[in-house]
Amino acid sequence: MPSAGDEVRQGAGDTVLNGSQGQMSSATRAIPATRRQRMVPELRRGAFPMLVLRMQDPKDQTFYSRLADTLAEVPGLHRYAPVVIDLQDLAEAPPFNLAELGRRLRQHWLVPVGIQNGTEEQNRAAVNAGMSLLTDGPAIDPISPPGGAAVRGEPASPAPDRDEEDEEPLSGPGSRTRLITRPVRSGRQVYAQQGDLVVLASISPGAELLADGHIHVYGALRGRALAGVSGDTTARIFCHSLEAELVSVAGYYRIRDDMPEGLIGRPVQIFLDDERVRIEPLA
Amino acid sequence: MAKVIVITSGKGGVGKTTSAAAFAAGLALKGHKTVVIDFDVGLRNLDLVMGCERRVVYDFINVINGDAKLSQALIRDKRIDTLAILPTSQTRDKDALTKEGVERVIDDLKEDFDYIICDSPAGIERGALLALYFSDEAVIVTNPEVSSVRDSDRIIGVLQSRSRRAEEGLEPVREHLLLARYDSERVARGEMLKVEDVLDILAIPLVGIIPESQSVLKSSNVGLPVVMDPSSAAGKAYMDAVGRFLGETIEHRFVKPERRGLFQRLLWRTA
Repeated sequence: MPSAGDEVRQGAGDTVLNGSQGQMSSATRAIPATRRQRMVPELRRGAFPMLVLRMQDPKDQTFYSRLADTLAEVPGLHRYAPVVIDLQDLAEAPPFNLAELGRRLRQHWLVPVGIQNGTEEQNRAAVNAGMSLLTDGPAIDPISPPGGAAVRGEPASPAPDRDEEDEEPLSGPGSRTRLITRPVRSGRQVYAQQGDLVVLASISPGAELLADGHIHVYGALRGRALAGVSGDTTARIFCHSLEAELVSVAGYYRIRDDMPEGLIGRPVQIFLDDERVRIEPLA
Repeated sequence: MAKVIVITSGKGGVGKTTSAAAFAAGLALKGHKTVVIDFDVGLRNLDLVMGCERRVVYDFINVINGDAKLSQALIRDKRIDTLAILPTSQTRDKDALTKEGVERVIDDLKEDFDYIICDSPAGIERGALLALYFSDEAVIVTNPEVSSVRDSDRIIGVLQSRSRRAEEGLEPVREHLLLARYDSERVARGEMLKVEDVLDILAIPLVGIIPESQSVLKSSNVGLPVVMDPSSAAGKAYMDAVGRFLGETIEHRFVKPERRGLFQRLLWRTA
C-alpha cells in the first residue's frame, strides 16, 4: 500500500481532499461520529431466549395439528419466535427432509434458526437449509472468532437475493476473485468471499456489493459497495463513476450526503486512512 | 416453437395490463396465433380491457385445478380471430397458482398458439414470480419516473436469477423495455426522466415508447385494445413496438412534444 502522502498528492486539486495531510484529516473528521461506526464486522454476543422443539417423529402427521393446538394456547406470543429443533431422539431415525420441516414450522409462524444434537448428516442438511448448528454447552462457539470462515459478513436474517450466476473465476482454480459481467440490479447482492469483486457493468441503486477484498466497478456505482467486510482495512473500492448510496471499507462508511459533490460522477478510489474513509479521484 | 412472453414491471399502475392487451392484439393483428393469460389472480382486469368480461365462465384457476378443460376457459376474441384470452379468477388469490399447474397450462397452450403473453401482477411475490418463471422473452413496462425505473430494475434482476431459464442455465430471457405513459411535454420541462436516463439505468433494449394518451383510458373503458383504435397515437406506438419486437426496424415516434396551434392548445386544456 502506498504511503498516505502519495495519495494526498494524487488528490490535489479536489476541493475536499486537497492539500496537506493535516487538512485532509480535518476534512474527513467532519463526518459525524455515528457515520464512523463499524458496520458489518461488528459482532456482539447476544443471549436470547429461544424455544427448543424436541422432535420425536418427523413423519407423524398429527404432529403439526398438535403443535398448532399448543401454540394456540398463547395466541400471538410465539409469532415469529426463533426455534431450535432438537434432534436428540432422532439419531437412529431414517432420513427425513429437514428443509420441509423448517417450511412447515414457518407455516405456524415459527422461525427455525438452527438444530442441536444432530447427526453429521442432519447437521449438513441443516446448514444446507440455512440453519445454524447449536450446542447446549460452551464446547463449540457458534460464532467463530473474527477471521473464522463461518460468519463472514453474512447478514443475520432473510438473506437478500444473492447472485451466484454470471460468474467466472478470474485466474483458474484457487482464485477467490469473482467476476460479474452483467449489471447488478436493484435488490441484488453480490458477495466475494475471501477475495476481490470485479464488476464490468453498472451497479443499480438498491444493489449491494460485498467483498472481503477489493471492489472494482468498471461502470457507474449507484448502489452500495462494502469492501473488506471481514475487517481488512487495506481493502479499496475503485469505480468508474461514483454515484453510490454508500461506500464502506472494513465497516467504516460514508453515505451519499457525506461524499464530496465534486467527485460525484467521477472515477475514484475509496480507501481507509487511519479509520477515515477517503475518496480520491483517479488520475 | 411457441414463445412465452411476460409483461411485467414490479411497480403497479404503470400500464402492464393495457400493454399486455395491446401487445397480444398487435401480434394477433399481424397474423400470429396469440393467447394472453391474466396472472393477476383476485384482481381480474384483463378481460375488462379486452372487452370479454361478460363471456367468462371458467378461468385459469379452474383449469389449473382440473375443474375445467382449457378449451372451456379460453375465450376467442370476436374481432381478431387469431386472438384468445385466458381470464383469471376474481374470487381466489395468488396462492391458487402452482408451478406445476401453470407449466401444464402453458405447455398445452404451446400446442395451439405462436405467442403466449403472461400479464403479470405487480410486486415480486408468488403471482409475479410464476408469471415470469416460464418466460422466453420479457417486456418490462416502465414509466419515466424514478420509482418505476427502480422497480423495473429489481424485476429484471429477478428475471435473471429466478426464471426457469436462469435456474436451468439456459439462454437468458430476452428483455425488452417498453416505456409507457411517456409525456414528452413533462419530460421537456424536466418533470419526468428522459429516455436516455431510463436506458442508462436499465441497460436493456428499447422496444417502444408509448405516449401518455387519453385514448388509452377510453379504450380500456370500452374494452377495446388500444391498437384497434386507428386514431390513437398510443395504439400506433404499440403497433410499432410489436413490429420491433418481431425484428422490424422502425424509428421511435412520439418522443418530442408536438407543436400545436392556439386552437389545439385550447382544446388540449379542456380535454
